[in-house]
Amino acid sequence: MLSHALLLSAVLFVIGTLGVIIRRNAIIIFLCIELQLNAVNLAFVALSRYTGIEGQLFVFFVMTVAAAEAAVGLAIIISIFRHYKTVDVDKFNLLKW
Amino acid sequence: MILDYSSSFHYVLALLPEVVLSCWGMLVLIMGVARRREPGHGQELGWMSLAGLGLAAVANGWLYWGVSEAGAAAMIAVDRFRLFANWVFILGAALSIVISLSYVTRQKLQAGEYYSLILFATIGMMFMGAARDLMIIFLGLELMSIGVYALVGFNRRDRRSAEAGLKYFLLGAFATGFLLFGIALVYGGAGSTNIHSIAGAIQSGNAANVLMVPGVALLAIGFGFKVALVPFHMWTPDVYDGAPTPVTAFMAAAVKTAAFVAFLRVFVVGLAGVYDQWWTVLWSLAAITMVAGNVVAVAQSSVKRMLAYSSIAHGGYLAVAVIAANDTATAALLFYLLVYTVMNIGAFAIVITVSDQSESNHRIEDYAGFGWRRPALGVFMTVFLLSLAGFPGTAGFIAKYQLLLGAAEAQLWVLAVVLVLTTVVSYWYYLRVAWFMWMREGDETSEAVAAAADPPLATHVVLVLCVGLILLGGIFPGAVLDLAIGSAEGLRGVMAGATATLAP
Repeated sequence: MLSHALLLSAVLFVIGTLGVIIRRNAIIIFLCIELQLNAVNLAFVALSRYTGIEGQLFVFFVMTVAAAEAAVGLAIIISIFRHYKTVDVDKFNLLKW
Repeated sequence: MILDYSSSFHYVLALLPEVVLSCWGMLVLIMGVARRREPGHGQELGWMSLAGLGLAAVANGWLYWGVSEAGAAAMIAVDRFRLFANWVFILGAALSIVISLSYVTRQKLQAGEYYSLILFATIGMMFMGAARDLMIIFLGLELMSIGVYALVGFNRRDRRSAEAGLKYFLLGAFATGFLLFGIALVYGGAGSTNIHSIAGAIQSGNAANVLMVPGVALLAIGFGFKVALVPFHMWTPDVYDGAPTPVTAFMAAAVKTAAFVAFLRVFVVGLAGVYDQWWTVLWSLAAITMVAGNVVAVAQSSVKRMLAYSSIAHGGYLAVAVIAANDTATAALLFYLLVYTVMNIGAFAIVITVSDQSESNHRIEDYAGFGWRRPALGVFMTVFLLSLAGFPGTAGFIAKYQLLLGAAEAQLWVLAVVLVLTTVVSYWYYLRVAWFMWMREGDETSEAVAAAADPPLATHVVLVLCVGLILLGGIFPGAVLDLAIGSAEGLRGVMAGATATLAP
């Protein structure tokens, strides 16, 4: 069972990673990062069945932090949208990547 | 006094600097809202934040000299390694705030939010330094990062600041994902998130390798992003370039310090048993970072961007201390981080002065003839540059020398040679700025720049303090160095295992 859950978590994490690398819309990239975090949550919950309660505790912290991160991140995306009228990361070229 | 956690009040005492600073940060935030219409409130809030940092430093001193802990099981370490690092964070935050004072007013930034974000990010750093548990490291890292994301994009009127904020946020959150997945796998492999329990599980052979190996690799990637090791550095130049300059100074000094302190504790204490598996990876990362950081810095035409690449190169030097994994190297890391904070923020204070408290005049040509028109500032900048380059007589030299001692003790000869050779390369781009300041005739723009460069008294005080510390550390390093060596001993017990496996 554990290996199935970890495999699913790894697959979700890789999908998230690929999304960050391939997609160019800032909001989609942000959603892919959230997908990564939730893949990790799945791994924590699955592992905590075998290793004790710490993993489940960790999940609560990850969710709280993800919410805080979303608040700041979306604010940053809005602030850049006001300058460029787009959220396509390829259009932000004042600084070289 | 001995903290044994028999009463819950001991937890408050163990976290006293953090508690003081948290309350103070909220107070600054509330004051910022209450007094936002009064002219001159920005300066007051800045001084108020400095007072809070002073209180936290005093609390930290009490913990350093007056308190010891019983056992090493608690999630929060009360060892001198943490407390020395705390002083570096507090110093970095305080110097950044002083050089922000006139910048914030000039750029019309919201002072209450600005200063309280710096304080909250500092608390996150303190948690990273204190963490004996991967959970606390994660929380501290996020507390720091979320604050700094907002600080980087703080100047909403400036396109470049917004762009830097977005880049830092996306890549920082991406890196957090890797770090977190690494934590999950290590937790699964070792059965605990406590760093000492992980070390114990590895030593007794109870750790599942199939989870540990990818877990450690992902942790290395996550920390590599945070401390900007090549090839995970691509965000650094853009973000340092676009962020408001005092924030850049804060990031280059304090954020890097926090990431390295946590990096060292996790890898050298927690993962000591699998040293054989991670040291080659970090070895190559450190070597590439030193070479690439220094070589690319040579090609930069903007002083701010040059300092960004220089901070990548310094990250490479510091990674050598993590790989060396012995007491000498740990003490060298602490000393280096202190010195680096002082000289880096000093250099950025001059950059802010030259750019006239805004975001212009970062080109190296704008420094032409600056030394002759502003002799005091020119001399200060030259001292900072020489110290960054590691010139004998400055604290930067002693710090590099200590790093080399640590590397030699661990018999990392190739890394030591790379460190010395890349240092020689770094002389070129540091001294080029000095050459422009003293040897080049200024044109009209640079003369106007020099004429307008008139830093406020507070910046002068910071500059004199930084120069004094650098020369003191370079000529009489004894006292500070002894403090760093004494602070590194907190990690000795666990590190004995690491050095035993290290011998070939």
